[in-house]
Amino acid sequence: MGQQQIIESLNAETIKKDIPLFDVGDTINVHNRIVEGEKERIQVFQGVVISRKGRGINEILVVRKVVDDIGVERIWPINSPLIAKFEVVRRADARRAKLYYIRERTGKSRRLRDRRRGLKHVAGLPVRQG
Amino acid sequence: MSVTLLGKKIGMTRVYTDAGVSVPVTVLEVGPCVVTQIKTKETDGYDAVQIGWGEIKPRNSTIPMIGHDVKAGASPLRHHREFRVAEGKAADFTLGQTLTVKDLAGTLYVDVVGTSKGKGFQGTMKRWNFKGLFASHGTERKHRSPGSIGSLCSNRGFGGGLKKGKKMSGHMGAEQVTVRNLDVVRVDEERNLLLVKGPIAGANNGFVEVRPSVRLYKSKAAKVAKAAAGK
Repeated sequence: MGQQQIIESLNAETIKKDIPLFDVGDTINVHNRIVEGEKERIQVFQGVVISRKGRGINEILVVRKVVDDIGVERIWPINSPLIAKFEVVRRADARRAKLYYIRERTGKSRRLRDRRRGLKHVAGLPVRQG
Repeated sequence: MSVTLLGKKIGMTRVYTDAGVSVPVTVLEVGPCVVTQIKTKETDGYDAVQIGWGEIKPRNSTIPMIGHDVKAGASPLRHHREFRVAEGKAADFTLGQTLTVKDLAGTLYVDVVGTSKGKGFQGTMKRWNFKGLFASHGTERKHRSPGSIGSLCSNRGFGGGLKKGKKMSGHMGAEQVTVRNLDVVRVDEERNLLLVKGPIAGANNGFVEVRPSVRLYKSKAAKVAKAAAGK
């Protein structure tokens, strides 16, 4: 077995295969495992994906939401075992790979065009998968 | 049984603990090594075990080395190293015995000896982390120079020359580097893999020597003592 195959076979144990299709701009629910002593509970973080970078085992996600006019961003490795699952809530039409400009926007200009109404895009686009 | 093993660096990746902590790991392929010689106090003046690892074409080896390996019943081996054992303990090993990662089972920390990547001829800033000279204030064409290297009469130099070992420009890298006290993250006996926490010196595919840590850092020594007490 080649060296790269060894690394990949080790990574394959960790890389999740059940991640739904989603890309930058989409609103998703991240089901977050929280362990408190013996107990374990799930917390859901809903927000817009503003960045998705890296590939394979190193893929990292930035999700942003606004709580009481304060922006909250969370960064997760997609393959972290602390994430139980992802749910796609809404697909949006993003024309940038990274939506960092959203941080400066307030009011109407913060909205993203919905992919359902966006004429240029159709559901089921080829999207980079984790 | 405390053994040294030989192998190669495969590369780096990350693994997650059950608590969700990402651990950077270096993957090493170590063993199986063949015991090629057993040295005892009577014959050699000290007790040690010599091991060999790695395939080599017979035409690239030498007749004496091939003969040496054949004595242990092994095909020609590329690398040979020896490790000391306590007096009288060499009898625990037999000639031609195979040592694998299995023999490292239960080891919490290992030292990994590798050869760092060669950097060629480098200046003092890269090689010794000197700060260089000013960027401005009248400095001309000397921004990366080492500055004064001392006079001939100070402690920095004596008797018509500079003190030996003065840090200067020169060849950097391609030297033996030992990284001590690396956590053993996982042992894969089937594939002869050893995952250690953190980076080690050298390029992928580089030859490495792995041995159980003897001189442990304080906090790690406490952990080892705790594990031993738990048994």
